[in-house]
Amino acid sequence: MGFYIFLAALILADFFVPKHPFFSWEGYPSFYAAYGFVGYVTIVFVSSYILRKLLRRKEDYYDD
Amino acid sequence: MINNIPPAAILIIGACLIPFLKGRVKATYMLLLPVIGFFVVASVPEGIHWTVGFLDYELIFGRVDPLSRFFGYMFTIISFIGTLYALHLKNEDRQHVAAFLAAGSAIGAVFAGDLLSLFVFLEILMIASTYLIWARRTQASYTAGLRYLLVHLFGGLCLLTGIVIHVHQVGSIEFGVIGLNGLGSYFILLGFGVNCAFPILHAWLPDAYPESTITGTVFLGVFTTKVAVYCLARSFPGTEILIWVGATMTVLPIFYAAIENDLRKVLSYSIMNQVGFMVVGIGIGTTLALNGAVAHAFNNVIFKALLFMSVGAVMYQTGKSKCTDLGGLYRTMPLTTVFCIIGAASISGFPLFSGFISKSMILGASTQEGMGVLWLVLVFATAGVLHHAGIKIPYHAFFAHDSGIRTQEPPLNMLLAMGIAAFLCVFIGIFPSALYSILPYPVDFQPYTAAHVLDTFQLLSFAGFAFCLLILAGLHPVEWRVILLDADWFYRKGGKLFVRLANRFVGTDRTDRTDQKPESEGG
Repeated sequence: MGFYIFLAALILADFFVPKHPFFSWEGYPSFYAAYGFVGYVTIVFVSSYILRKLLRRKEDYYDD
Repeated sequence: MINNIPPAAILIIGACLIPFLKGRVKATYMLLLPVIGFFVVASVPEGIHWTVGFLDYELIFGRVDPLSRFFGYMFTIISFIGTLYALHLKNEDRQHVAAFLAAGSAIGAVFAGDLLSLFVFLEILMIASTYLIWARRTQASYTAGLRYLLVHLFGGLCLLTGIVIHVHQVGSIEFGVIGLNGLGSYFILLGFGVNCAFPILHAWLPDAYPESTITGTVFLGVFTTKVAVYCLARSFPGTEILIWVGATMTVLPIFYAAIENDLRKVLSYSIMNQVGFMVVGIGIGTTLALNGAVAHAFNNVIFKALLFMSVGAVMYQTGKSKCTDLGGLYRTMPLTTVFCIIGAASISGFPLFSGFISKSMILGASTQEGMGVLWLVLVFATAGVLHHAGIKIPYHAFFAHDSGIRTQEPPLNMLLAMGIAAFLCVFIGIFPSALYSILPYPVDFQPYTAAHVLDTFQLLSFAGFAFCLLILAGLHPVEWRVILLDADWFYRKGGKLFVRLANRFVGTDRTDRTDQKPESEGG
């Protein structure tokens, strides 16, 4: 519960902390939150559901 | 008086005495060597020291400037921590000696002022590291060590070829800025690149390091790659191709680390990812970027050692290092859990921990240069670090499902070593000026602005939120007992194919035997 309040506070704080965006996208409210969330989900899905299917071998693969 | 001896010699020659000492004297002596080394590094004035004539050249064993001194501090501090961590090993003199040889040769390489002595120190480092892998004395460590040796012999030959061509071209053996101009420089970069784990050349790292001993991995994880970072910072600052090589290094391993089952392999991929950030900084080449790269090397050495030590402590107590075998250990190893979480928070770059104050410099440098795509890649990689090192390591070892294992904390020396590393992670995170003051170039950088702290918390917390949601929704995949194909497939399968073909067409032995038993403990 505390974690969710913390997350909400981070989003709200975006409107009160003065920002100095270098890149245009940095200026969007909650850009970092969205990028972190999407990035994390992308890593999990791409690695687990695509990469692992292609690259997995049995643990004794090299032991012949 | 002691200043007349190069710090590399203190560790390398000092190591030879270790087998002759016993008990507390030996322990004290081993801890004292890196301390003496540290004070020599700190007290030698800048300039050229310890020169020796060799053929027509002058070998320089002590080029002391802010860059080499900074790496000297780093290597002596971590040698002390690593030695403390290994102090409970009573009958492992050969491993202790190999660890000191690795540390000494790494320090020798950093203070080398010419390419010939640099090459010699790198070769000693290679041999000492190979021994640290073999010291585990298993069939797997024997074959992994052999592959490590072969790959690094290849890298060493590339470097030597490059050095010969380069020296022939410029007529000097000075180890300074080389830059990419001509055949020699390409070979030198390739030689450094093998040690640095450039993409495709990287497979030796996750192949060999997890096969080493619990204490050996702490040393291995530090020296080879960070010496390579030093060499790049010395010879190729501002070389543009390094930006994209480094960016690939930050991204590629996060996908591997995400699905790797063995926690020490996860940490090995993580080394590649972290070194990638440093290579990017060197490629950008501004003073902020170079400062960021070497500051991150320093912090990374501490927190990566801390993570390897905490996973090593788990392995020491339980004999296991795979996600599928571990879990729930926080009940019986609370201190190790806390140390591991501090290491995880540092590598993830949470504010008030050391990773934050150095990674920000590299990101800040990419911003200053207006490199938007690079910036997006690095921030994405930061979310990846949180995934595999920040969450996966502590979660699978100490929390997740209860594996039923009940154990206890590791020996006191291991706890102390982790405690010192954890203290440094927090101290540097809270007082960044302590680290900034010894960086090679003047620092004008403020990591703790309200906006930057908020942005970082948003990024990391919402990535963590994604983790929670995926777990709650049952979408977070569990670990599998599998191995993953990597670039080492080419020479592991290729080597076997070669032997098979050779036997078939030219050999008299048609038995297809490719594996050999280790010779007497792989020594």
